[in-house]
Amino acid sequence: MPITTTHYILLSAALFTIGVVGVMVRRNIIIIFMSIELILNAVNINLIAFSQQLQNGIGQVFAIFVIAVAAAEAAVGLGIILAFYRNKETVNIDEMNVMRS
Amino acid sequence: MAQAIAFYFIAACILGFAVLVVSTKDTVHSVLFLVLDFLFVAALYVLLGAEFLAAIQILVYAGGIVVLYLFVVMLVNLKRPPEAHSDPHRRTMLGFLLAGAVLVEVGAIAIYGFSQPAMVPVPGAAMPVTGNTAQIGWLLYTSYLIPFEIASMLLLVAMIGAIVLAKREL
Amino acid sequence: MKYIWLIPILPGLGAAINGLIGIRSFSRKTAGVVACTMMGAALALSLFAFWQLLGLPADARAYDVVIAQWIPSIPLMTQHGVGGFQVPWGFRLDPLSGMMILVVTGIGTLIHVYSTAYMADEPRGGVARFFCYLNLFCFFMLMLVLGNNFVVMFVGWEGVGLCSYLLIGYWYEKKSASDAGKKAFITNRIGDWGFILGVFLIYQMFGTLDFRAVQNAAATMPVESVHFGVLSFICLFLFIGATGKSAQIPLYVWLPDAMEGPTPVSALIHAATMVTAGVYMVGRNAVLFTHAPMVMQIVAIVGVLTAFMAASIGLVQYDIKRVLAYSTVSQLGYMFTAMGVGAFSAGAFHLMTHAFFKALLFLGSGSVIHAMAGEQDMRYMGGLRKYMPVTFATMFIGTLAIAGIPPLSGFFSKDEILFRAFESNKAIWVIAVATALMTAFYMFRLVSMTFLGAYRGPAWESAGAAHGAPDDHGGGHGHGAWHGPHESPTPMTFPLMALAVGAVVAGLFGIPAALNGPNTIEHFLEPSFTAESHIADRGMRIAESGGIAEAAAIRTPQSEVRNEEAEPHVSRSVELGLMGFSVLIALAGIGLARKFYVTSPEISQGLAEQWAGPHRLLSNKYYVDELYDATVISGTYAGGRGLWAFDRHVVDGAVNGAGWLTVISAWFSGLTDRTVVDGLVNLVGRIAQEGSYWFRRLQTGLVQTYALVMVFGVFAFVTIYLFVR
Repeated sequence: MPITTTHYILLSAALFTIGVVGVMVRRNIIIIFMSIELILNAVNINLIAFSQQLQNGIGQVFAIFVIAVAAAEAAVGLGIILAFYRNKETVNIDEMNVMRS
Repeated sequence: MAQAIAFYFIAACILGFAVLVVSTKDTVHSVLFLVLDFLFVAALYVLLGAEFLAAIQILVYAGGIVVLYLFVVMLVNLKRPPEAHSDPHRRTMLGFLLAGAVLVEVGAIAIYGFSQPAMVPVPGAAMPVTGNTAQIGWLLYTSYLIPFEIASMLLLVAMIGAIVLAKREL
Repeated sequence: MKYIWLIPILPGLGAAINGLIGIRSFSRKTAGVVACTMMGAALALSLFAFWQLLGLPADARAYDVVIAQWIPSIPLMTQHGVGGFQVPWGFRLDPLSGMMILVVTGIGTLIHVYSTAYMADEPRGGVARFFCYLNLFCFFMLMLVLGNNFVVMFVGWEGVGLCSYLLIGYWYEKKSASDAGKKAFITNRIGDWGFILGVFLIYQMFGTLDFRAVQNAAATMPVESVHFGVLSFICLFLFIGATGKSAQIPLYVWLPDAMEGPTPVSALIHAATMVTAGVYMVGRNAVLFTHAPMVMQIVAIVGVLTAFMAASIGLVQYDIKRVLAYSTVSQLGYMFTAMGVGAFSAGAFHLMTHAFFKALLFLGSGSVIHAMAGEQDMRYMGGLRKYMPVTFATMFIGTLAIAGIPPLSGFFSKDEILFRAFESNKAIWVIAVATALMTAFYMFRLVSMTFLGAYRGPAWESAGAAHGAPDDHGGGHGHGAWHGPHESPTPMTFPLMALAVGAVVAGLFGIPAALNGPNTIEHFLEPSFTAESHIADRGMRIAESGGIAEAAAIRTPQSEVRNEEAEPHVSRSVELGLMGFSVLIALAGIGLARKFYVTSPEISQGLAEQWAGPHRLLSNKYYVDELYDATVISGTYAGGRGLWAFDRHVVDGAVNGAGWLTVISAWFSGLTDRTVVDGLVNLVGRIAQEGSYWFRRLQTGLVQTYALVMVFGVFAFVTIYLFVR
């Protein structure tokens, strides 16, 4: 069957789910951040699929912004991880529970 | 036909590598799989006719962000196994279930939604130029100028923030 | 005549000057001069006004002048609809008030002159205060007699009561004096209650308080011979006021005690003027009284009983002033008897003559007391005739006058009263004659004990006034050691002589028709006692010549028709016989007194021991004061105590109860506050405390738990979306 937008949607959803699972399950914080990148990519795929379907450039512009934001977020997030690592000598998220009550 | 094959192949690669990213114990392998994932996503973009975005994807994501991750992985001491002890409060199985449920539901929505007669897509504004890159450039510098500028401000702020956070002595 | 309002104002001015400036800075002489000058000016003005009044024709002798409005017209309910209650400052000069102002200013001036010498021993400020009060009294008294409506008269009425209080209690540091002042004022007040009720009824009935208007309105009303109607009530209430002011039964008890005041006060106020205010008031309202025959009966009976009772008490008193006080009460009783039997002119005539000889007697007694350095008990006097000849002579004249010996004034006035009483009610006549006998007796007793016989007083060149005299004045004798009784100085003897002359000649105004006299005074005063609408007699039915022309007929001596009462045929011979009889009575009284006290004094002693019971009864004034004390005064005290107990228990109890209630309710609200309000607050805290435990469990500190929750949220949204769509 021809590749319709639905296929892209499903692909995007699957990638999204994999990313969410990675965020929830993995204990290494860096892996978690990478899973977040997967999620963002899934969103991008979705956007561009719709952009192609609707023949509108808006989707792609939005996707560019998503990429820009992901870059910024990765930079800052990794900076935080480094700072935390210097303090606590760990990247295990289970040990990052300073705000536990 | 060729498109279908290409799609399925790329899709399989994407998903496969994604699973590998999430499940690999070794962090560096995980980063590697992530890069490959990004590359295949770029290929997908080409398939979708968004060549500029594919280029951006490779340049920024695969070339910038992943490198960043690699740096940090190297900086972080990996002698100690990172998955040493887990918090008893974890609800791993629940997470799997929920994610799976969401996937199923979204799929149902998508399939159901697209079986309906599709609505007439809003045609984009007539543009004086053709070609993906020109098109995006045109949109970016006319209609979406302000978000563009704000995004650049955002990147500036993030850069400063990252520098501040990662410095040894402030 | 349009300046008659000045007549009261002049002594009022004198009172103001003496009161405001004199007490501080005037010398005794200056204060006296100021007061006497004002009184003299008032006397001159009165004489002039009187002369002008005589110039008017006999039936038009009335002059009203209004100098200001006091109370503007206030709508007030009367018998006949809503009337306007208004009170002007109005003064009226007519025969009755003309006679009164002459009496007041004339005798008043003489007494003022007398007082300059009598009060010379008082401290300087006290003299000024005395003259201030005396002038003030004359101001009020003149306003009383000159007022042309009830309210102005009442101002004077109250004012003389006030001045009486002030003057009786002049030596206020002496407890008996201040008590006497209070007694006088309070007893007066009780009478005033009756007077005020009468005035209220008058307004309610007639819608006006002007004398002339009331008289004219009352003249049209029927005579209440058979039933006790409104007019009778009015007259009864007015008479109650008169009993208070003029010391009749039952409110006479203040007059004997009023002798605590200085003797000039007793002379002016309690002999000549204030006590006659009641008589004047009855005379003023003669028209009203003639329309209420039952009340007139009451007036006559009360008057004659008072006369008899007071005379009986006076028989055994030893204080010279007390005797004269009871004599005053008795003579006032005579005046009321006259008013009661309808002889208004006779009563007024007796008022005038009594003013003369009673003032004379009081001033004479003052002279004696002054000479005896404050001694007032007659048992310690005697034989003063050779030391004080002028005083003796004048007092003897006064005694003859009061006893009713012709041709002195007392004879004519008293005899007129006796004659009218005989015509009206024989029983009253008998009692009145008995009283005349006693009057002659005790007056001559007084003269005998004081001036005749042997001297029983202290020897002089001794310790002077330190004699233990029971009624010593606060002043004492200012000459140092007492050098024995001596004649008084001229300012004191001159008024005595002047009054003696008056006592002799005043009678000439009232020589009755029976003796072929013109009976000037009766004709003169008659218009005052009748309503303007008809100058006829009280018995309207007897008026033969209705109209104004009768005014000429009245002037003729052959007007026995007018003198006749309900019994028309008391002939002239009977009248002459009665006159002779009363002279005999008077001589008998004098003779008895002479026997008891001059020739053989031991008889009186023996009688006193033999009739010890009645003697004690009379000496103690029939125990009336004690009776009043036991009933009325104790009752008032008990009432006061009862009310005080009420106040303590009920009123204070209520207040305390309210406080106690507040305490209880405060305890309750405290309880509420502790349990309910605090409980609520604590509950909220507990909820927060308990609930937070569960919410704390969300904060695992585990980031992935948060991510899990987010995913769960997404799942929920998607589920909802799925099932809604």
